[in-house]
Amino acid sequence: MYGDWILHALIWLPLAGTVHVLVSSAERAKNVAFRWSAFVFVLSLGLWWAYEPGDGGFALESSASWIEAWGVGYSLGIDGISVFMVLLTTFTSAIAILGSFEYVRTRRKAFYALMLLLEMGVVGFFLATDIFLFYVFFELTLVPMYFIVGIWGGERRIYAAVKFFLYTAVGSLLMLVAILYVYFASGTGSFGYDAFVNAGLSLREQLWLFAAFALAFGIKVPVFPLHTWLPDAHVEAPTPGSVILASVLLKMGTYGFLRFLLPFFPDAARHPVVVAVMLALGVIGIIYAAWVAAVQPDAKKLVAYTSVAHMGFVVIGVFALTLNGLQGGMVVMISHGISTGALFLLLGMMYERRHTRLIGDFGGIGRAAPWFATAFVITALASIGLPGTSGFVGEFLALLGTFETHMVVAAIAATGVIFAAYYMLPMVQRVLFNELDRPENRTFADLSRREMAILGPLVALMIWIGVHPTPFLERMEPSVQAVLERVEDARADAGHTLGGED
Amino acid sequence: MLLDYSSSFHYVLALLPELVLTIWGMGVLLAGVSRKQGHGPGQETGWLALAGLALAAVANGWLYFGVSEDGAAAMIAVDRFRLFANWVFILGAGFSIVISLPYVARQRLQAGEYYSLILFAAVGMMFMAAARDLMIIFLGLELMSIGVYALAGFNRRDRRSAEAGLKYFLLGAFASGFLLFGIALLYGATGGTNVHAVAASIADGSAAGALLMPGVALLAIGFAFKVAAVPFHMWTPDVYEGAPTPVTAFMAAAVKTAAFVAFLRVFLVGLEGLHAEWSTILWWISAVTMVAGNVVALVQSSVKRMLAYSSIAHGGYLLVALVAANDTATSGMLFYLLVYTIMTIGAFAVVVTVGNQSEANARIEDYGGFGWRKPVLGVFMTVLLLSLAGFPGTAGFIAKYHLLLGAAESSLWVLAVILVLTTVVSYWYYLRVAWYMWMKEAPEGADSADPAITPFATHLVLVVSVAVILLAGVFPGAALDLAAGSLEGLRGLAAEAGAAAGH
Repeated sequence: MYGDWILHALIWLPLAGTVHVLVSSAERAKNVAFRWSAFVFVLSLGLWWAYEPGDGGFALESSASWIEAWGVGYSLGIDGISVFMVLLTTFTSAIAILGSFEYVRTRRKAFYALMLLLEMGVVGFFLATDIFLFYVFFELTLVPMYFIVGIWGGERRIYAAVKFFLYTAVGSLLMLVAILYVYFASGTGSFGYDAFVNAGLSLREQLWLFAAFALAFGIKVPVFPLHTWLPDAHVEAPTPGSVILASVLLKMGTYGFLRFLLPFFPDAARHPVVVAVMLALGVIGIIYAAWVAAVQPDAKKLVAYTSVAHMGFVVIGVFALTLNGLQGGMVVMISHGISTGALFLLLGMMYERRHTRLIGDFGGIGRAAPWFATAFVITALASIGLPGTSGFVGEFLALLGTFETHMVVAAIAATGVIFAAYYMLPMVQRVLFNELDRPENRTFADLSRREMAILGPLVALMIWIGVHPTPFLERMEPSVQAVLERVEDARADAGHTLGGED
Repeated sequence: MLLDYSSSFHYVLALLPELVLTIWGMGVLLAGVSRKQGHGPGQETGWLALAGLALAAVANGWLYFGVSEDGAAAMIAVDRFRLFANWVFILGAGFSIVISLPYVARQRLQAGEYYSLILFAAVGMMFMAAARDLMIIFLGLELMSIGVYALAGFNRRDRRSAEAGLKYFLLGAFASGFLLFGIALLYGATGGTNVHAVAASIADGSAAGALLMPGVALLAIGFAFKVAAVPFHMWTPDVYEGAPTPVTAFMAAAVKTAAFVAFLRVFLVGLEGLHAEWSTILWWISAVTMVAGNVVALVQSSVKRMLAYSSIAHGGYLLVALVAANDTATSGMLFYLLVYTIMTIGAFAVVVTVGNQSEANARIEDYGGFGWRKPVLGVFMTVLLLSLAGFPGTAGFIAKYHLLLGAAESSLWVLAVILVLTTVVSYWYYLRVAWYMWMKEAPEGADSADPAITPFATHLVLVVSVAVILLAGVFPGAALDLAAGSLEGLRGLAAEAGAAAGH
C-alpha cells in the first residue's frame, strides 16, 4: 500500500515536477513548482505513521537490480534517522519555494526546475540504501545548487558557486575511491548497505577509509577547518538557496556520519585519537564560529557562521558515542534545519524590503512590523537554544551525552551556548529594537499573508519540538541505538577484527 | 558462418567493412570531382559518404552477429574486440561528417576530397583494430595518419590550419618512425610480427633480451605519441586548435580511439608476458598525462584548446586501464572510448555551431550568456560538459567509474587517487564553460555573432549524443554488457597461444 510506493514517489515526483515546470509558462512556474513540492510534502507526512520504530533497521525496503554487472541495486529504505531528514527536506523545499516567490524575478522557470531537481537529489540521498546509488544522489545535488547560487546569487556568486562545487567534489571523489576499496574488500560483489557494514576491515584499513569518508562528509557539514566555503555560499546564494543549503544540504554531512561513517568503520570511529580529533574540531567549530559571527556586519554572514557552530554541536554529540549525544545531534540537525532556515527566510524578507543585509542599516523594525519582529525573536531564541524551543532540546542532549564520556569537552562546548546569545541577541537588538531613526525603516512592511504562511509552520515546529520532543525522540531512538550498538559490538570483538584476515 | 583462412575468399569476407568503405571512398572522391564548381554547397557528397558508412556498418553487423573464426591467430582478427572498435570508428566518422556538412559548405572546402579522406582514415583505423600483426597495424596507422594529416591542413586559406597540418605531419612521421623501429627490434627479438607469435616467444623465454626491451620501449613511445600522452603530446594543442573544428573532433575522438585500440592489443596480448616491465613506464606516463593535461587545460582561454588539453587528460585516464590490464579495466576502456567519442564530438558540434561554422567565437568569453540566448544548445553543451567531467547521471561517470573499478581491482590505489583528484581539477575548466554560458552576461555584439540557425544535421548529432549520454548514464547495463562481451577473442586467443607455447 502506501509503504510500497511512497519512497519511490518522493524521489520521482519532484522530477516530474521539474518537467512540468519546464513546459509551463514563466508566470505559472512558481505556482506549479509550489504545488508539486506541497504535494510531495503532504505525501511524505504519511511516513510519520508508516514508519514503525521497531528494531531500528530499515523499513519500507524495496530493492531492484540496477547495474547488474557491478552488483549495484536501486535500493531504498527508511529508518528512524532518515525519516526525519526526508520530512525536513520535503518540508523545507516547499517552504523555500514559497519563500522565493518575491525574491526570484528572473529566469523563473529554470529556477523552480532546479529547486525541484535539488529536492529529488536530496530525498534520494536520504533514502538510498545502496552505496552506489547514495553516491550518485550525493553528487547529483551539486549541480542544481551550483546553478542556483551561480545564476541567482549576489555579487560574488560565481566564486561562491565554484568554491562550493569544488570543495564538495574533492571530498566526494576521494570517498568514491574508498567506496571501491570497501567494495573489493567485502568480496560480496554488492554495493548493498549490509555488505558494506560487514566488510570485515582491519583497523588500519578502517582508519584510512574513515579519513576519506570523514573528509567528504566533513566538508559538507562543514567541520572546522573545512568550513570556508559555507559563508561564501550562504552569503551569495539567493534566499531559497540559503534555506535549502542550511536546512538540508549540511545535514547530508552529519547524516553521512550516522548512516555510513560510524557503522562502516566502527573500530576507527571509536579509536581514541579519532574521537579526540573529531571532538576537538567540533568544539573549535562551536567557539570559533561564534566569535567570528559576533563581529559580522552582514546579518546573512552572521547566520552562516552560526550554522558552523550548530553543526559543531552535532559533531560532538555524534562522536561522544552515547545515546544521548547521538539523539541530541539528531535533534540539533532538525532544529537547526528549521530555525536557521527560518532565519534565512527572515533575512530574505528584510532584503526584499530594504535591499541591504547590513545590521547597521536597520533599527527599530519591531515598532514598524510587530509580526515580523515576533517571528524573528522566536526564531533567534530557538537558534540560541532557549529552553522551550527546539534548539534547547538538541543542544542540551548533545551536551549531556558528551558530558557522560568527555566532561571537559562538554564544559567548553557549553560556553558556545553563551556565545550564541552573545552574537545573536545584539543582532536582534540592533535590527528590531534600538531607535527607529531611519526614515526608510518606518515604512518597513509587516508580514504579508504568504509570509505568515511560510513562517507560521516553522515557528510552530520550533516550539513543538521544544516543548514536547518525545514523539521525535522515541521514533529515532531504536535506529540511533542500532548505530551505537554497531560501534559497541565492534568494541566487543575488536580482538577478532584486529587479528582478522588482512 | 565460420571463417576458414585457408581460402583467400574468406579473407575478403573478413575485411568486408574495410573493403566496402575503401571502394565507397573512391566513389565519393569521383563524385566530388565530377561535381561542377559552384554548384551548391556539396552537402550531397557528405550524405553520400554517410551512406558508405552505413553500408560498412551493415557489413560490420554481419561480421558481428553472423560470423566467427576458428581461433587461428590469422593476421586479421574477426573478434568482438575489433568489431566493437569498428562501431566506434563508424560512429565517430559519421558524427564528424554530419557536423562537417555545414562547415564544409560555409568554408567552401573541396567536399569530395574532404569526405573521402575521412572515409579512408576510417579504413585505416579499422585495420588497426583488426590487425593481429604488427605490420598490418603499421599499415593501418599510416593509412589513417596520412588521411588525417591532409585533413588537419585542409583549410588552405587558413594559416593556422596549414601550420596544424605541417606540425602534425612532421611529428606524426617521427612517431611512425619510433613505432616502426620498435616493430623491427621486436621482430629481431622474437622472430615474428604476429602478436600471438610474439606473445608465445616471450612466454617460452626464447625472445632475445637485449633487443626486446628497447623494442617495447620504442613501441610504447610510438603509441604514446599517437594517443597524445605526456610528454609526447606537444603537437596536440596546436594541431587541435589549428585544424578545422570538425576534423579536430574526428582526431580527438576516432583517431585517439584507434591508437588506443592498437595499443591495447599489442600490449595486452602481444606483450602480456612483460606486463611487469612496461606497466611501470605506463604508470608514470599515465600519472603525468592526467596531471599535466588537466592542469594546463585550466589556463586555456580558447574552448577548442581547452578541449584539446582535456582530450590529453582523457588519454591519461585511459592509460590507467592499460596499466591495470585486467578484464574489468579493458572492457572499461572500450566503454570509455565509445562514450568519449560520443561526448567529444557532441561538444565539438556545439563549438562548430557557436563558431558560426568557422573558427570564430572560440574564446571562452564568446560563450557569455550563450545558454540564455540558445537554451537548447546551452543545455546540450552543459550535459556534454558534465559527462566529460564524469559527473553522475551521465555516461561519462559510468565510464570513468568503470576505469576506477578496473584500477581498484588491480589495487592501483595511488593511480586511482590521482585520477579522482585530477578529475576535480577538470571540474573547474568544464564548469567554467558552464558558468560563462549561464552566469555571465553576453559580450558586446554577441547577438549578431550568434549563429542564426543551428543546422538540422548538427542538431541531429547533438540530440543523438545527449540522448545516448543520458541513457547510458542512467541505464548503462546493455552498453556495459556489450563492452564486456567485446573482450571475447582478445584474451581467449591470447590464452590459447600461451597454452600452445607452454606445451
